[in-house]
Amino acid sequence: MCQKKYIDDFTVLQTRRVTHDYVIIDLQHPSQLPDIRPGQFVQVKVEDRPNVFLRRPISVHDADKNQGILRLLVQEVGEGTRWMGQLEPGQKLNLVYPLGNSFPMPKTDRVLLVGGGCGIAPLLFLGKELRKHGIKPRFLMGARSAAHLIDMSEYRELGDVYVTTEDGSEGTKGFVIHHPVMKTDKPDFDVIYTCGPEPMMKVLAKYAANHHLDCHVSLENSMACGIGACLCCVTATQQGNKCTCIDGPVFDSKDLKW
Amino acid sequence: MVNLSVDLNGLQLKNPVMTASGTYGYGEEYNDFYDINQLGGIIVKGTTLNHREGNAYPRMAETPMGMLNAVGLQNKGVEYFATTINPRISHFTTNVLVNVSGSTIEEYVATAERIASLPNIPGIELNISCPNVKEGGMAFGTSCPSAVAVVEAVRQVFPRHLMVKLSPNVTNIVEIAKGVEGAGADSVSLINTLLGMAIDAEKQRPMLSTITGGLSGPAVKPVALRMVWQVAREVKIPVVGLGGISNATDAIEFILAGASAIQVGTANFVDPMVCVKIIDGIRDYMIRHQVNDIKELVGALRC
Repeated sequence: MCQKKYIDDFTVLQTRRVTHDYVIIDLQHPSQLPDIRPGQFVQVKVEDRPNVFLRRPISVHDADKNQGILRLLVQEVGEGTRWMGQLEPGQKLNLVYPLGNSFPMPKTDRVLLVGGGCGIAPLLFLGKELRKHGIKPRFLMGARSAAHLIDMSEYRELGDVYVTTEDGSEGTKGFVIHHPVMKTDKPDFDVIYTCGPEPMMKVLAKYAANHHLDCHVSLENSMACGIGACLCCVTATQQGNKCTCIDGPVFDSKDLKW
Repeated sequence: MVNLSVDLNGLQLKNPVMTASGTYGYGEEYNDFYDINQLGGIIVKGTTLNHREGNAYPRMAETPMGMLNAVGLQNKGVEYFATTINPRISHFTTNVLVNVSGSTIEEYVATAERIASLPNIPGIELNISCPNVKEGGMAFGTSCPSAVAVVEAVRQVFPRHLMVKLSPNVTNIVEIAKGVEGAGADSVSLINTLLGMAIDAEKQRPMLSTITGGLSGPAVKPVALRMVWQVAREVKIPVVGLGGISNATDAIEFILAGASAIQVGTANFVDPMVCVKIIDGIRDYMIRHQVNDIKELVGALRC
């Protein structure tokens, strides 16, 4: 079976607005954080919002086990995430965690981490883990415009950061696939890790297949329980329907029926 | 010391709180949070004779105070359950009932027969009410003659507790309940999900791959409560109430309406600890109301 899961009230340390619709929430664990790995997520209980019935799955942006701090990068897309964006220091936030599998460590040091929109969230934590393994990651981040892009300095501390924006207001104009790093017959990386909109990840999966690269994608299927009980969040794989919450969220793109 | 134990027509529960099929996996999923042996029983995922892949994604839509699902009985078949899953969960001391579904009477019978060979399983819940499969499922539970036929056939091969899960998607649920009682059911559980639908207006598309799905959660509770009350007055076998139960007060309401035991379903998704809280809350209620035995509350509604 998978890793032991917990349910706990965390205390909000701060909620920091980083773009008009992105916030970073720092949470303090009541005692000792269990091991949390990059790619895993938490299920957040939204309180006092009658239209928000289910928990909200949010990927772990960063975790500091020694300090007991968990960091979430949240895009406000609906009532539940907007409620999260208003959390005040000292408020409690009930989480079920840590959920799902994680990004596997590569057998090579040539890795490219590709994030689109809020999909950049787990890539910071992954980048830090790669550095612990002596691997210097490179990041390719796609956003709608410069205004939709969070401050990249934490990523830049870990490795090179390339940016594309759809309107060209920062970095290369276009989608991530249009960046020069992708536009070569012989890519200078062996593994792609990606999280973001499904159309973007599908393009990357195809790119990886064409260039015989490994590609690990993190899916954002809608889910109810988050612990493998309801079977709502399935994705079709070569081995049949698999739960995104326990068999994923990270899948080898070759296993997906894309 | 209050007595929470329930004799469900021969099936002994240490308390009236069970978990609803399809919301609790095989129990293992929740054992990280608390010792699930505290429960009166668990009803594991809908099991069919053969492996089923279920429906395509998306299978879930959140709705006001509830959700729609269209899982479609994804499971690996009864043989896989018997040989792979059951050995893994046979150490549970709580009652583990298997929810049995099928597309034909023969499939129901063969599945029930295989479960009958597993001595640790004290009963089955016969699912004649799944709204998310094309054949069988709810088709059996929405007509009285077919409901009777499938229960009679399964009764022949299944000697232990036979609970029959009823569909709310019928004109007269009392008629079906009486029919399955006559066919040999030991208890009835109700309600399964209500057939519903959700639309994404911006995309002008249905939210579910199957267009329609089963509604559950607090939104269905008043309907469930009404049906439990109607059925409990008309049958002699015990009624197990479910539909939107999210706290001990909800559970007490179902018991007052006539349920001998209750099942907690969708609420497990929102709070994995909810069943333990409900057991504690029922005990507190009994102390507060000076009720010594939970049986005193069954059907005790003062009209």
